[in-house]
This record gives sequence, C-alpha cells and structure tokens, in this order.
Amino acid sequence: MSLLEIRNLTTAFGTESGQVTAIEDISFGIEPGEILGIVGESGSGKSVTALTVMGLLPRPPAKILSGSVMFDGQDLTKLSERQLQKIRGPGIAMIFQEPMTSLNPVFRIGEQIMETIRAHERLSPRALRDRAVQLLAKVGIPSPERRMDDYPHQLSGGQRQRVMIAIALACNPRLLIADEPTTALDVTIQAQILDLLMDLRDELGMAIMIITHNMGVVAETADRVLVMYAGRIVEQSPVERLFDAPLHPYTRGLLDCVPSLEHDRPRLVAIPGSLPEPARRPSGCRFRPRCAHAAPACAETLPILAERAPAHAAACIRLPEIAAAMAEPA
Amino acid sequence: MMGVALRRLASALPVLLLVSLITFGMMRLIPGDPAAAIAGLSATPQQVAQIRADLGLDQPFLQQLVHWYGGLLQGDLGRSILMGRGVFAVTMERLPVTLGLSAYALVLTLLIGLLCGIAAALKQNTIIDQLAMVFAMIGISVPSFFLGLVMIIVFAVHLGWLPTGGYVPFAQDPWGWFRSVTMPAISLALLQAGLLARITRSTMLEVMRQDYIRTARAKGLPYHQVVFRHALANALIPITTVVGIIISLLLSGAVVTEALFSIPGIGQLLTQAVLNRDYPMVQGGLLLVTGFLVLVNIGIDLLYAVLDPRVRYE
Repeated sequence: MSLLEIRNLTTAFGTESGQVTAIEDISFGIEPGEILGIVGESGSGKSVTALTVMGLLPRPPAKILSGSVMFDGQDLTKLSERQLQKIRGPGIAMIFQEPMTSLNPVFRIGEQIMETIRAHERLSPRALRDRAVQLLAKVGIPSPERRMDDYPHQLSGGQRQRVMIAIALACNPRLLIADEPTTALDVTIQAQILDLLMDLRDELGMAIMIITHNMGVVAETADRVLVMYAGRIVEQSPVERLFDAPLHPYTRGLLDCVPSLEHDRPRLVAIPGSLPEPARRPSGCRFRPRCAHAAPACAETLPILAERAPAHAAACIRLPEIAAAMAEPA
Repeated sequence: MMGVALRRLASALPVLLLVSLITFGMMRLIPGDPAAAIAGLSATPQQVAQIRADLGLDQPFLQQLVHWYGGLLQGDLGRSILMGRGVFAVTMERLPVTLGLSAYALVLTLLIGLLCGIAAALKQNTIIDQLAMVFAMIGISVPSFFLGLVMIIVFAVHLGWLPTGGYVPFAQDPWGWFRSVTMPAISLALLQAGLLARITRSTMLEVMRQDYIRTARAKGLPYHQVVFRHALANALIPITTVVGIIISLLLSGAVVTEALFSIPGIGQLLTQAVLNRDYPMVQGGLLLVTGFLVLVNIGIDLLYAVLDPRVRYE
C-alpha cells in the first residue's frame, strides 16, 4: 500500500473575481522510501499540492473542493487542525525554499529543533538536547554541540537549510516534503543538500516528495517524476524513462530548455508564451496555446492522464501524431 | 551591555543640556515676573525690586544661566520660589504620584492594547476584528479630558462607585490608592491602548505571514505556541518601540488628567510653577522629568537587545 495516496484532489482559492482552482483533479501516490519529483513552472500548482497535503494553506481563502489525501489510513483533508498537528512532524515533515527566512530569527537553532521534538514526545531535557545535537551532526553541521546556541543569523544559507532538514527529521517522519529545497542556494551547496537528502533517505528509509522547477534536480534525485502544468498533472513516469522518452509536448519543451553537452543541439529552445493565469485558462488542453502540435480537437476536451507504457502516463490526445512527427527525419 | 548603557548615558548629556537651555530661555521669554507674583498686588515697586534682587533676577540673562549651571554642576537644582524648598526634594515628593498613575495606566494600555490587537489580527476581517478596531478608534478619537469628565459623572456622581477626585497615597491605603487613580488611569490609558491595539494588529498580521510561522506550523506545534511564542516574540520588537513612545505620552498626558482629578503629581506641580513663574521649579523639575524619560529610552534600547539577538550589543 502506498504511504501517501492522493485521489482527485482539487484545491481552489477564493479571489475577488470568484473562485479559481490552483490544482485540479490531482491523483498520485508515494511508496515508502521512494523519492518522487514534482516539476513544473512557478504557478503550476506544485507548492499548493504540498501545502494541501500538510494542511498548511490558509482556509479561507483556500478550499479543498474535492478529493482525498490518504496517509496512514486517514484522510488528511477530513482531519481537524489539532489532529493534523500530530501528523506534522512524526508523519509528514516539510522543508521550504527560503532557508534565510524559514527559521525564527529570535530563537536559538537548538531550541527550534528541541521544541519540535517536545511537541510530539516526552523526553528529559538531557535526552532532548542530545537528540538535537545528534540531528545537527547527522545533517552535517560541524561542531554541533557549539552550534546549538547559535541564532539563525549566525549561519550561512546552506547551514540554515541543513538546520531546517534537522528540524524536519526531528521526529523521524515517514514522508519528507522538500519544496524547492535548493533553489535559493549556491550551486555547490545545492549538490551537497541533495546528496544529504538522498543519504538520509537511504539511511532512514523515509519517502521524499521533492518539488522543483529544475530538471537537473529531478534527474539527480528522483525515482519517479510528475510533471505539472497549470494545476494539472500532464505526465507521470519513472525518471529514466521521462528523460529518454518524454511523451507530453510540455515535458519535451522543459527538457529542451536544459543545456546538455551530450546532445548535438545548436541552441536551447524555449517554450513560447507563458503559463496562463488561473482565471484565464484556455478551454480544452491548457498547454494548447503554447503547443507546436496543437490541433482544433485540443480545444474541445480536457485531456486525461492515461497510461501509454508501463508506469508512464501522459495527458495529451495527439501523442500518436507527435510520435510520428518526431520519428520523421527533419 | 553595561558599556552600551554607559555610552548611551553619555550621549544623553547633550539632550539634557539642550532641554535645560530651552526651558531656561522660554521661562524668561514669557511675560510675567516671579518677584511681582511673590510680593503681591499691594507691594511697592521698591519692594518688588528688592525681591527681584534677592532672587538674582536683576542680573543679566547670561549671568543667571551661568549661575544656574554652576549650581547644577554641584548637584544643586535650586530652590522653588513659591514653596521656598529645594526643587529636588519637591519633585521627588510628587514624581512617585505621577509615576504610580502612569505605571497603572501603562499596565492597562498593555493589557487592552495587546489583547485587542492580537485578537483582531488572529480573527482578521471578522466581527471580533471590527469590534476591536472600532474600540481602538474611539480610544484614539475621544479626548482624555472628555472621557475623564464622562467617567466622573457616571461612576462617581451617579453610581458613586469611585471618588470624583483626590489622591490617597499607596503607602497609606493601597485600596484607597487603587480607587483614587483608577478613573485617571483609564482616561489616560484608553488613547494609548487604541494606538497600541492598531499597531499590534498590523504587526501581528505582518509576522503571521512570515515563513518561520509556516515552519512552526509545519513542525506540528500547537496553535497557541505558534501565536504566543513564535509570532509574539517577533512582534514584540516593533511593539517595544511604540511602548517607549507611549511611556513618554503617558507622562505628558498626566498633566491634564492630574488637573481634572486633582491628583498632586508632577503635572500639577509644574503647571502651578509655570503659572506662578517659579523659574527654578520649572527648570529643575523639567530637567528631572527629561532625565527620567532619557533613562526610560535607554531601558527600551537595552530591551531590544534582549528581544532581538540580531541587534545584541557586544
């Protein structure tokens, strides 16, 4: 059984011009110990998906219109705030994009780790401190004993993200959601943080949902990938297959934007146009206005995600034509 | 921290110098003659001149100033012309009355202002938010003397719950003190509480949007801990600045309130001194009050360091 199973999840926001859906009919699962990558441009609904799972969206304006989020036999969308508090931490933990602002500036980092443990477990002050020091050591903070009493502003961005990971790990979560965990960091630090996450997965056996707009991060870490566009999943695939044989034109477009030394390509190709605003989404396929393969039929029906190969699904009605067009020599 | 306190004290000296210069000059600029006031209506010009000479007021401005500063350097604030007693002793008799009243008003301000502000922020755009902000608006708009008068009519005259005025020292009868300063404290506090409530609301709204609040919630902390620990600890930093200003406003607001409720505090003392052109009393009294406010502000600055590790002084 999946660790997390999301079924037909739709989350909307109430705005001045009415209700707009941020994510629509999202369904996917995560297995224990699996690393699932969710990619897409800003505004595609990646973070809203994660925050809906965590129950961290402000309601109102956010509202779950339909669907379920099953975790550990419970539907998280039906739980009260108090019940969710028990899940956050030991069940699902989350780290965020901005390590510089995600830690409370007025508390020592040791305290910020210890209070997480304290919220979920009864430990003696001694044991609490020992555990926090161990966590700092585990995430690679040098001389953790001394760092316990530092304030966030005394640490670098990479170190702060390590502390955030230590906080997330404090109660041995079974699922870690990492929302753009490396976007705000230097490239060298990015690689370190990704390595750390993968080591921790191997060591602790937790599942990780890694949200990113960076195909490189996905390639490096994920076992399986979801591609999101304008609030919907457009493609779902094991990671190697996605890079070797992408199906959806949007996924192909994303991959064409990645610089590569192997492929003999004259220049990078950008996807024309931009992500439509939630209130101004086109009829039928959302990617249609930006798609080189769009046909009149694309405007009529919303394509549904359908399996085209084992474990590989895409939401596009023109896949055979596209495949044929690609096969022809240019 | 000690070094910072000392440095701040040293930098307060120019402030005190400037305030003393201004009061000294202003007192001599306003028309009126303390000698004539003391001598009375039936005095001859010779008598008045004699008194003026006794007080040293016949000397040139600069000489008077030098004389006064000379006294200050020796720790002598001079003698009150009206009361014939040392300025320092008189001030120290009255200051605690005002400080007690202001402290009481400050406690009320903090209680009402913080509670209303936090409640309004947490229940943004609900009836609670609107009620709290209407209350704050009333507090800010109604002049304290008017509020004081209304309270006297309602609670003292009609209901008879509290005395119409007068003052009972705390040491003599704590309950009597409490009764005598409750209405003055409320009339002083309401304006400031309205101000504080609005600032607390906007600060809390701002803080509750921060990433670290989301982190605190993502950790599974209980809601009250997210609000009263993580949010409030940060919101208190800007709120402290406002509280520093509020303390000054409470002390200056006490002048009107003390007159209305016949409370023998520093406000009443200085008003009398100004009306009677009691130069040394005004100069010395104001200097002491200024000194006290400077100390309060240094205290607030040091409090920052306690609240915010990013500005902690080495």
